[in-house]
Amino acid sequence: MAAPTVPAPAPGPPSAEALHAAAVARNVRTVQMVWRRELIRLQRMPSRIISGLAQPLLFLLVMGAGLGSLIGDQGAGGVDYQVFLFPGILAMSVITSSLFGAVGIVWDREFGFLREMLVAPVSRTSLVLGKALGGGMVSVVQGVVLIVLAPLVGVDLTVGRVLALLGAMLLLAFALTSFGIVLASRMQRMESFQMVMALVLQPMIFLSGAVFPLENLPGWLAVLTRLNPATYGVDLCRRAVLPEATRLTIGDWVVPVWFDALVVLGMGSLFLAVAVRVFSRTE
Amino acid sequence: MDGLVRRFGEFTAVDGIGFSVEPGELFGFLGPNGAGKTTTISILCTLLNPTAGTARVAGYDVVRQRDRVRASIGLVFQEITLDDYLTAAENLRFHAVMYGVPAAELPGRMEPLLDMVGLRERADQQVRFFSGGMKRRLEIARGLLHTPRVLFLDEPTIGLDPQTRTHIWDYVDELRGREQTTMFLTTHYMDEAERCDRIAIIDRGRIVAIDTPDALKASVGADTVTLATNDDARAAEELRSAFSVEVEHRKGALELRVPDGEAFVPRIFDVLTVGVTSINVRRPSLDDVFLKYTGRDIRDAEAGASEQFASNAMIRAWRRG
Repeated sequence: MAAPTVPAPAPGPPSAEALHAAAVARNVRTVQMVWRRELIRLQRMPSRIISGLAQPLLFLLVMGAGLGSLIGDQGAGGVDYQVFLFPGILAMSVITSSLFGAVGIVWDREFGFLREMLVAPVSRTSLVLGKALGGGMVSVVQGVVLIVLAPLVGVDLTVGRVLALLGAMLLLAFALTSFGIVLASRMQRMESFQMVMALVLQPMIFLSGAVFPLENLPGWLAVLTRLNPATYGVDLCRRAVLPEATRLTIGDWVVPVWFDALVVLGMGSLFLAVAVRVFSRTE
Repeated sequence: MDGLVRRFGEFTAVDGIGFSVEPGELFGFLGPNGAGKTTTISILCTLLNPTAGTARVAGYDVVRQRDRVRASIGLVFQEITLDDYLTAAENLRFHAVMYGVPAAELPGRMEPLLDMVGLRERADQQVRFFSGGMKRRLEIARGLLHTPRVLFLDEPTIGLDPQTRTHIWDYVDELRGREQTTMFLTTHYMDEAERCDRIAIIDRGRIVAIDTPDALKASVGADTVTLATNDDARAAEELRSAFSVEVEHRKGALELRVPDGEAFVPRIFDVLTVGVTSINVRRPSLDDVFLKYTGRDIRDAEAGASEQFASNAMIRAWRRG
């Protein structure tokens, strides 16, 4: 096999375009790598999956059964309570693990790895995007484990419904991870993150329609729930698996699915942009 | 591409520090706690913006051409910045991706580096099972992975055993010879400082001295020449009259202080008529240099967490100011 006789390119400073192309390639690969790092870390810490499952299982099985028997045949949102609860709990699990996934940034800060990433010649956008996608992916993986429980609580799944549910979960996970990154990047220590979890995470879940239907609420509660972006994510998940359930309304307006998706996507993009900005400033 | 000058030009960031480092130079930064060493390095590495002044690294401006600077430098920090849950190889691969090392070249670069730091067998083990010394060795390998043109080493061999230190220094020397890598080092090991081509001594945000180790030591003052002869009294007399220097009798030998001891020794033999049994020239040590310029002993300046805190406090103070 003859060696190719192409003359070596003349050594010289690389052109601006070549540098630009190299930078783009580097950033794209960085997004993938940051993403993969999240998945590798999940794989190395399987306990995270198990501890992430405990709370949703308690809600779904114990609270679902308990409150379900109290509510009885009347059901919730037009379906049996436990069935109603199922997509809500999935959404709750995604929201929780996404926000907790973003805790990783605070850990990275404490253990210095963030510094390694921040001094690299890659854009903040790549790092944040990789983190949001990777963190989102991780929380979807955790949510997928719960889908298996659907038949147990009497939810009928079809391939189409599972795919729609996965899509909804991905969107929600992306949005909440971006939000979590913004929170985490403002935080210097682990303790303050715990505080935000209590002040942000729990109100967000309770006001989202994850655990009770949003019809016939007192006025103030109705307003708060509609102002909560997570409400639309929960509705998206519920529509995916329970087309027969009562639909989310704002006043008399029945919220269409595209609106749900738009709110969640808009929230995700907004927070992603904020995260990039905040990150560029933390130096 | 050649003729590249690395200039860390004038900047008032710490307190009006200005100096330049030549390509391929091993430049040392010595200073007591809180003197501004880490801060200066942070500015040069684009982790901090200077309040005033400019700095160029590898020919690029640290503020306006940040990514170019970042691509040209390698960093080994005082604190560990590895991901504990990734393996050694994964940490290196992650770094390679961010610095745009072509995937095809990676194994060829990783293996000699892992060999150098003695971690080849551990490549696929998660870093959280590593000892402190192993982590630092891996960090050094990582800092060199993308063959940076300037390598910043902030107390790089702190807490390492002498054997590993020697190992690392051998590789650093080799790398300098082969790749013309410029090294920028902070250290408090005097033997490491001795290896530097030039040293800057920084104190309270100002550079108080900058020169080769030999010149710095010469600036402290005279060398000490100690000699033993067959007839000390007569030798002392001859030396006094020939050079008009003070000669002391100490511990059964003669001691005299002269500016350039090594050049002085041959002249002694021209003058003396008595036999010399032994002669010794002792130059001032870097410890003496450090003491002279900072008023403190280097031992007080031994790096610890306090330097980090002190310089962080300084950063905050500027930002407020």
